[in-house]
Amino acid sequence: MKTIQASDIVEAVAGMCIAANHDLPADVQAAFEACHAAEEAPAAKEIFRQLLENSELSRTTNLPLCQDTGLGVFFVEVGEDVKVEGGSLRQAINDGMIKGYKDGYLRKSSCDPFSRKNTGDNSPAIIHFDIVPGDALKICMMAKGGGSENMSRVTMLAPAQGWKGIKEFVVNRVAEAGPNPCPPTIVGVGIGGNFELAAINSKKALMRPLDDRHPDPEIAKLEDELIEAINNLGIGPMGLGGKTTSLGVKIAVAPCHLASLPLAVNIQCHSARHKEVVF
Amino acid sequence: MAEYHLTTPLSDADVEQLKSGDVVFVSGHIYTARDAAHKRLVETLDAGKPLPFDLKGALIYYVGPSPAPPGRPIGAAGPTTSYRMDTYAPRLHSLGLKGSIGKGKRNDAVKDALREFKAVYLGATGGAGALLSQRITDAKVIAYEDLGPEAIRELTVKDFPLLVINDCHGGELYVKPNLG
Repeated sequence: MKTIQASDIVEAVAGMCIAANHDLPADVQAAFEACHAAEEAPAAKEIFRQLLENSELSRTTNLPLCQDTGLGVFFVEVGEDVKVEGGSLRQAINDGMIKGYKDGYLRKSSCDPFSRKNTGDNSPAIIHFDIVPGDALKICMMAKGGGSENMSRVTMLAPAQGWKGIKEFVVNRVAEAGPNPCPPTIVGVGIGGNFELAAINSKKALMRPLDDRHPDPEIAKLEDELIEAINNLGIGPMGLGGKTTSLGVKIAVAPCHLASLPLAVNIQCHSARHKEVVF
Repeated sequence: MAEYHLTTPLSDADVEQLKSGDVVFVSGHIYTARDAAHKRLVETLDAGKPLPFDLKGALIYYVGPSPAPPGRPIGAAGPTTSYRMDTYAPRLHSLGLKGSIGKGKRNDAVKDALREFKAVYLGATGGAGALLSQRITDAKVIAYEDLGPEAIRELTVKDFPLLVINDCHGGELYVKPNLG
């Protein structure tokens, strides 16, 4: 049994929220550099130049990458042999997020859906817990902006629509979103499960590094097929045309009901901010 | 593609010369307003009361900046997605608003209003909030302080870098997706 102090979790989560909003992950940074070199259209090249300059500025100053510092979304794997002392795990994560968004001068973007009144501290954190074997606690944090989230969709296809229907829906979604979600995007695709699991899987898929390959070679091939079709749309960075509409497509698959083919498309803007910490 | 340096407030002539794809560097005062502020602006008009700033020749920037860290006038300040303000924009253009700054597509009603009232839709680079913040030299809340990040701020900008997305002649910069 491992005992972890709630106060240590608060500090770690606060630090993650600030770091996520200032340091682009290395895989995203590397993708910007590769795209900057590969784009031939001057407007597309210029956008990548600006994004690289923005990334450098944010890493070295007290300004976050983007003013939309997002809702705080957490994927937490709790080992069965972990005990949190001095408070609840959920409370510690929420308190840590509030502290990080306050201390880090990050924008508070959470509001009541009817009155639209700001909750004032970015709470509540959106937390997805998994219980896993072992004595480790892994907390993954994603700062998810509203513009790209607005372009995301869940649909329930008929089983007969199969891969053709899935591909058509995903590519059309990216096409209709056009310049709105701050392309080049990353596209998380949840296939199977049920209504909510497809959505959660599509978001979880966005945590995978851009340069990894899906462990199932058949799924990896489908990811290749989707990214090719998406980049053939020619939307380009910020919708100005170019080779790069998306930096990657990540698929997560789960078994589903005989009657259903659930499909979720979670779009991530180019500012793909996430961090993880393991206790 | 031409390059222009413009100072607010903008005139009809300033706007008429602009074509989609042109680069524009704006200096002077611009006003921030996004979802909640637009709702209040229109409610204010409905109530027959004066707006918190003069729309004549004005530019509205669709942005909700992050809080100003110590030593800076403002935090990160890139554009938010514009379509959510489409409901409100034509009415504001009819009252003299010369342009808006944001990112993403506009609807036909907005494009028609740009033609009818000689106005322009300008794009700033989404997600480049730290970079764009460098061109803002001053920021003060002038209305709706209770809205926090959505309050209306008067920004003083110097050579704020923009692209003409929709001009007042029907031109549009965004490419149509190639669906094969």
